[in-house]
Formats: sequence, structure tokens, C-alpha cells
Amino acid sequence: MGLSAWLILAAAVFCIGLFGVMTRRNTVGILLGIELMLNAVNINLVAFSRFHGEVTGMVLTIFAICITVAEVALGLAIVILLFRMRRTAMADQVDWLKG
Amino acid sequence: MTLEVIGFWILAVLLVGSALAVVLTKNLFHSVLWLALALTGTAGVFLMLQAEFLAGVQILLYAGGVVTVVVFAIVVTERLVGETLSHTSRGLVGGATVAGVLLMLLVNTLMRTPVPAVRIPFEADPTHLIGRELMTRYVLPFELLAVILLVSLLSASYFARPED
Repeated sequence: MGLSAWLILAAAVFCIGLFGVMTRRNTVGILLGIELMLNAVNINLVAFSRFHGEVTGMVLTIFAICITVAEVALGLAIVILLFRMRRTAMADQVDWLKG
Repeated sequence: MTLEVIGFWILAVLLVGSALAVVLTKNLFHSVLWLALALTGTAGVFLMLQAEFLAGVQILLYAGGVVTVVVFAIVVTERLVGETLSHTSRGLVGGATVAGVLLMLLVNTLMRTPVPAVRIPFEADPTHLIGRELMTRYVLPFELLAVILLVSLLSASYFARPED
């Protein structure tokens, strides 16, 4: 299996995640799509790192995983806050900035 | 067919299938469980790419931590409103078009770009190298990451604090 096979697999997962982000109405569903996209990026980083015999990509993956965990914690806290204020988790109904 | 090719295809089917299930199921809770499967499949990808340490991190942090936190959030928000969260989708055609076109562009570009087909061996054990790089060349980003984690977790607990 060459590098391009792994890259195409990652591209497929990324596009599925993008589809989820664009179509889900629920904010938690959108977060799950973002998770998939970040995951695909990690696959890319590890694959490049492996095929070049260079460990930098794997170090970057550790950073990416940690940032994702922080992002999920913060995103879910915002979802809970949104629920308290609006009693909804639908992204469409969060339109306070609409004039 | 070598073992590697078979493993790749099993993982590819598992990953793409569970990822599709994440974005297409109606039940939000099932969506999270499919995400756990997709993240475990990614750990398998890391294992096949000889990144054993990252596979462990992936399972512990993602499949363990993230999924648990998301399940908690769903349970808490459902209890706040007292009804099951609806999990519908909209703009399916537009979303599928954009994602499909992007996938075609990416695959097209990847097919035309020359990329290495053989693996260059690491000079030592990857886990050993990761540890050494983290503590020497990348020590500043590493410390910065600790600050980011602290700030984000503090602000998350501030946002989700009990109402007073």
C-alpha cells in the first residue's frame, strides 16, 4: 500500500465529516462531523510521517489530538450554555446576530 | 494479496462505513457510538502505520475521553428539556454535492502528484523518537499546549457552571 492509498482514505473520511457539518441541524451532530474531519487530518499526518521516515508528523498528531480534546470540551460546554439560554440545540435557531 | 493490503481494505471499509453512519443515523446517541467505532478504526490505521504510541493515545483520549464527554453532554441536555433530542439533517443534496466535488478534486490531485510508495525506515523506535523530539525540539509548543489545555478546561467548567 503506497502513501496515496492512505491519503485517499483520509480524504474520503474528511469529506464525509464535511458533509455531516453542513447537513446536521443539531450542534452536537456538527461537533461530531468536526471530529471526523480532524481525525482524517491525523491519518494524513501519520501517513506522511511514516512514509518519509520522519517523526515530526507524529509529534504534530499528538498536538492535534490534544487541541481536539480541548475543543470538544469547550464546544460541549457552549452547547450546554446554549441549552440553558434558549432551550434548544439546533444551530438554525441560534440567530441572535441576525438583524 | 499481502496481509497489509487485506488489512488496509478492512480498515478502509470499517472507517468509511462508520463515518457514513455517524453523519446519516437519525439517533444522536447511535451517532456517537458509530463515532467511537470510527475513532477505534483510526487507531487501527495508526497501528498499521507503525505508530503504536499514537494508537494508544487515540484509544485513551478519543475513543475513551471524547466519546464519554459527548455522551454526558447528550444526557445532560436531554434532562434539561425532558425530551429526546431530534437529530435531523437538512440540505442533503447541497451537502452531498459539495463533499462529493471536494472528494473528486482531492482524489484527482492525489492521483497526479508523485508521492513515495515505499516506507523509509525510522532511525530508531518511533515512540522513542517522539519522546525525544517532544522534550528537545518541540518543548516550547509542548509547554504552550499545557497552557491551552488548562485555559480551555477552566473556561469549559466556567461556561457549564451551575446556575446561581
